[in-house]
Amino acid sequence: MTEKLLSVDDLVVEFPGRRRSEPFRALKGVSLDIRPGETVGLVGESGSGKTTLGRAILGLAPVASGSITFEGRSLTGLGRRERREMGQDIQAVFQDPYTSLNPAMTIEAILTEPLGVQGVSRQEARSRVRELLDAVGMPTDAGGRRPYEFSGGQRQRIAIARALALRPKLIVCDEPVSALDLSTQARVLDLFIDIQRRTGVAYLFVSHDLMVVRHISHRVAVMYHGDIVEFGDGDDVTRYPSHPYTQKLLAASPVSDPEEQRVRREARRALAEAGS
Amino acid sequence: MSTETAAAALTPSAPAPRSLTRRLLHNPLGILAIGTIGTIILLSVLAPLIAPHDPTYVDLSIAFDPPSAQHLLGADSAGRDVLSRLLYGGRFTLLGALISLSVAILVGLVSGLVAGFYGGWFDTLSDLSSSLLMAMPSMMLLLAFRVVVGPSLWITMAIFGVLISPSVFRLVRSGVRQVRGELYVDAARVSGLSDTRIIARHVLSVVRAPIIIQGAVIGGISIAIQSGLEFLGLGDQSVPTWGLMLSEGFRNLYIGPLLTVWPGLAIALTIGSLVLFGNALRDALEDRPTAPRLRADVARAERTEVRPVGEDIALSVQGLTVGYPISESSVKTVIEDVSFDLRRGQILGLVGESGSGKTQTAWSILGLLPRGAITQSGAILHQGVDLIADREAQRALLGRKLAYVPQEPMSNLDPLFTIGHQLTFPLRKHLGLTSEEARRRALALLDRVGIKNPERTMSAYPHEISGGMAQRVLIAGAVSCDPDIIVADEPTTALDVTVQAEILDLLRELQAERGLSMVLVTHNFGVVADLCDAVAVMQNGRIVEQGEAHSLLRDPQHPYTQSLLASTLDSTDPRAVADQKHGTPMEATR
Repeated sequence: MTEKLLSVDDLVVEFPGRRRSEPFRALKGVSLDIRPGETVGLVGESGSGKTTLGRAILGLAPVASGSITFEGRSLTGLGRRERREMGQDIQAVFQDPYTSLNPAMTIEAILTEPLGVQGVSRQEARSRVRELLDAVGMPTDAGGRRPYEFSGGQRQRIAIARALALRPKLIVCDEPVSALDLSTQARVLDLFIDIQRRTGVAYLFVSHDLMVVRHISHRVAVMYHGDIVEFGDGDDVTRYPSHPYTQKLLAASPVSDPEEQRVRREARRALAEAGS
Repeated sequence: MSTETAAAALTPSAPAPRSLTRRLLHNPLGILAIGTIGTIILLSVLAPLIAPHDPTYVDLSIAFDPPSAQHLLGADSAGRDVLSRLLYGGRFTLLGALISLSVAILVGLVSGLVAGFYGGWFDTLSDLSSSLLMAMPSMMLLLAFRVVVGPSLWITMAIFGVLISPSVFRLVRSGVRQVRGELYVDAARVSGLSDTRIIARHVLSVVRAPIIIQGAVIGGISIAIQSGLEFLGLGDQSVPTWGLMLSEGFRNLYIGPLLTVWPGLAIALTIGSLVLFGNALRDALEDRPTAPRLRADVARAERTEVRPVGEDIALSVQGLTVGYPISESSVKTVIEDVSFDLRRGQILGLVGESGSGKTQTAWSILGLLPRGAITQSGAILHQGVDLIADREAQRALLGRKLAYVPQEPMSNLDPLFTIGHQLTFPLRKHLGLTSEEARRRALALLDRVGIKNPERTMSAYPHEISGGMAQRVLIAGAVSCDPDIIVADEPTTALDVTVQAEILDLLRELQAERGLSMVLVTHNFGVVADLCDAVAVMQNGRIVEQGEAHSLLRDPQHPYTQSLLASTLDSTDPRAVADQKHGTPMEATR
């Protein structure tokens, strides 16, 4: 039994309905754990609740019941101030690199913002910014420029640098590569892995793409309609899935080899016929 | 892209926008307005230094004197110097306006920030009270208050500030609600920033400019209201203001007609330049570089030698070059010398990364390039007709022989009309069917594209169906008028992967049934492998490699195609294996 960094137990998240209608239950009793230095992939389709789980861990979604425990301390039921004090250990990288950086701020201001909260001196913050930019493969003189001057992949690197600024133990990554081009995606994924090897940070990596999740995750959880239907070793879940939904998901992901894709297509048809 | 990191960072991708102040000063009306307001404020502030006389010194012997060297603007009914009164009057008038402006911004800004950022009961309550305040006639309220608190100019203007604060409140509240959902605000929360700091750093900067514009308008209105009250004789008689001077002048209109002119002019100038300043600032904020128009001699397209093609080619794109003007005489080319033949009954994949020109090529075929785009050369041949030379022919084909399946199914359905209406309209217009025939055909089409309950979907509005269903509806619409060619622009990118597989099946079946030819724009090699017979790989506006899909995907020749295919994660190692190869297996999972 290894120690757990984060554990989520029987978590229920409900969003209030419009005008007295039933609240919408986005997570229906979800349990998950993440160990230090590990990547847990969270895969599912739109509306499955995978983003909501990430946001609940970040304290951005309303928890109705269940618990989230980080290093033995409960994160649920905390006031905003207490939550903030604990929050530096858990950071985030969001999907859209175009709206996750304030367009009016310079890169340096974006990166020093979390440092300012910690009371780091300006001088120290400056050198830390250069260090961070270097860590994500950006030129160290990028600090004086604004987000619109950079491509999507570069912005995502800046967002990763911001997440690293507070030396967190866990980063929640919400579809961080799905808005990127193919070759950029591969490079940003490798950056994530490289940073993990250097710093020992753990990731909760949310994605709709089974192969992206396979590439980066030690363990993989599959979400469907607000439930985790399968959770286990990354290789097993992404290659020999046991739950019918994961099987369907795998069979539907197209591959770039025409022969292999034909086999996969036939497997999907067989699966669909067996299911109906 | 190899340019993604260090090298590209040194060349900015967009020119730096001009600063707001510089754009403001570029506008002659803006300069005029700022100059006028500045002068008026300066003169009012310096009144004790520059006024030639005491504004309250009465000398009845010179009452109603016309302008003279001693009294540049003459004297009023009590023989007081008009110029001096005008200068001192400016002080009090502007100070009054400043008071209502400060109160309005203070009340409106604070309540708007809190209501917009936190929502909840405060939002409901403040929204209700602002609606209530806006519904009340402010002049009447001011008159009522005057009875209670007396004729003090300062108190009256402060109350007016409260009455007009809803205009600031609404502005701030809607601005804040917009920003509240932005990911960078979430990111700031996660970084541990307190709400006050988030508001100060991320929210305030968004509402700052609109508040200044609204402030100019409020300043103007409060000068008008104040002068109005004083003109009616309901103002504070103890301080000289422009309104009071106007009122006095009006009472002596026949003896000293000029007496109304000076305060009237001052009021009109101030209000007018405040409004102009607001307009200029708004224009400066909305200033986007307008697309330069190309000189006619540069814009002329080169005549392209059209290469005749055989009967088996459904569509032949030859030497297509498209650009957008960046100045009067230069064009930035986005696709260059693109040539490919679409065989009858074939699906051709146009594949590339963002900015490769694949969508521009698709739009050229459809004749749907954005305004400003220039087709510099090339031909698009369909049944012997060059669609670039003959735009009329292209338009006649669109929706009939040439159909389009877009990327975002939802935004391509009109939310105001039922699915049935949107499907039957082209059938009636293009094919001349009666509404009963069109309806029957639409139902059959919906059934064909795999919609479970066609009757119900026909009467549904777009928001009532899912994204996957919407794409089925659009595909039904695309094939409804029996096209020869379908151009599909990333038709499955917005869909979930299980839905994507079904839509690809549907496209394949329809193609086989109807012998369609199809151009499929995509960034996904898996989609190409699943569906396409031929493929053209685009990079930076050029086709770098094209050929039969099977061989190209299995044995790519061009280094760019090779690198793209290597970037797919189809045969990626699971993480544990990658870690072992790297020599850092994760201890925790052992």
